[in-house]
Amino acid sequence: MIPAAFDYVRPADLGEALRILRVREGEAKVLSGGYSLLPILKLRLAQPALLVDIQDIGGLDAIVETDDELKIGARCTHRQILEDPVIARYPMLHDVPGGIGDPQVRNWGTIGGSIAHADPASDWPAALLAANARVICRSEASERHVPAREFFIDTFTTALEPAEVVTEIHFRRRPKGMGGAYMKIERRAGDFSTAGVAALTRLDASGRIDWAGVGVTGVSPSPFAAIAAEEVLVGGMPSDELFRKAGAAAAGQSRPAADIRGPVDFKRAMVAELTVRSLRIAVQRALANS
Amino acid sequence: MMTKHISITVNGTVHEADVEPRLLLVHLLRDDFGLTGTHIGCDTSNCGACTVHVNGRSAKSCTMLAVQADGAEVRTIEGMADGATLHPLQQAFWDQHGLQCGFCTPGMIMQAAWLLATNADPSDAEIREGISGNLCRCTGYLNIVKAIQQAAAEMSAAAETQTGATASVAG
Repeated sequence: MIPAAFDYVRPADLGEALRILRVREGEAKVLSGGYSLLPILKLRLAQPALLVDIQDIGGLDAIVETDDELKIGARCTHRQILEDPVIARYPMLHDVPGGIGDPQVRNWGTIGGSIAHADPASDWPAALLAANARVICRSEASERHVPAREFFIDTFTTALEPAEVVTEIHFRRRPKGMGGAYMKIERRAGDFSTAGVAALTRLDASGRIDWAGVGVTGVSPSPFAAIAAEEVLVGGMPSDELFRKAGAAAAGQSRPAADIRGPVDFKRAMVAELTVRSLRIAVQRALANS
Repeated sequence: MMTKHISITVNGTVHEADVEPRLLLVHLLRDDFGLTGTHIGCDTSNCGACTVHVNGRSAKSCTMLAVQADGAEVRTIEGMADGATLHPLQQAFWDQHGLQCGFCTPGMIMQAAWLLATNADPSDAEIREGISGNLCRCTGYLNIVKAIQQAAAEMSAAAETQTGATASVAG
């Protein structure tokens, strides 16, 4: 399969890339690792006139902690994130990249490319939604910090404007008592998620859940925050009974489509079960971190 | 038609070409450079038959543009043997019957080479995970795993001998 013809530029710095995106607004697509964009170009589902390859732009592949934030550069590959010593202290985030695609995909695919592509079954959005991360969207004119819960709008559709590039993703630093987990099921190694759930809980001194975030992928037109499940969890003492109520709430908010990965009832059941299982691990990790 | 001039080092040799931006790396290797050892299987980044190394990282060359690899060092299956001496992985695939039809083999060997470069002594599970992006429809993978284990042992032993020799010189 051959993509439709396009022009290609490889700007040396971010300013030049943003200028090109402004001048060619609506005609250009940003190329990061290419493992989402290239298949779409080859299938001719997208036919941009211009690709702006950001591989030479420095400063987009750092993972750093500031006083109150963890910042992941958009061009960090899944493999880089998986192996980063800072990410090892964020177990929910650490759970995600090892299950994405296969080793070659993880060698080249990037977190920024993945979220900007916004496949409804991709893994990172669940974690970003659970953590209510912020997506940094830069254009020549502005820098917007878009909450994850406002970023993922619909299938392959985000709040990113045509002249913007995702430069970083910001998370809150992990406080004491916080723990999370991401779990998914897939039909076979390397497949897209049939369903995936990211759960993040914070326990107060008495062991009660005083904050919860639940992100769900694969079972709706777009990954979503399971707000009903979060409401069930906050204020409760961790227990399987509570987790099952949260799982039922998350399943109820899902809008799965029947396809080769299974019928609707099965997918809802998997959301419920994955919510329970990820919450069990999340709370264990929260206790270990208190 | 807009073309880009690119320069890519493949198996140690600098190649130059004028290419359309939409040209895939695998087509550049096969059709322009005549390196047909890299196979095209699924053409959808599932099967891994087209796996090569780009700047030391294994990549599916059907999912990379030739222009993305401008300035890069690429290694293909043709760059593995040392003259008539097979690379330990090639020899191990032969010894362990790690192939039947052979279509997946170049990609499988390139992915295994990357795996061993990042993990010299992988477990059975790590090998299986490491080649999870490479499909073989003949072998059932058992002999492929054995071949990679054999090569890992030989390459580790060779590396130790080399280290030992260096140490004795230094001592």
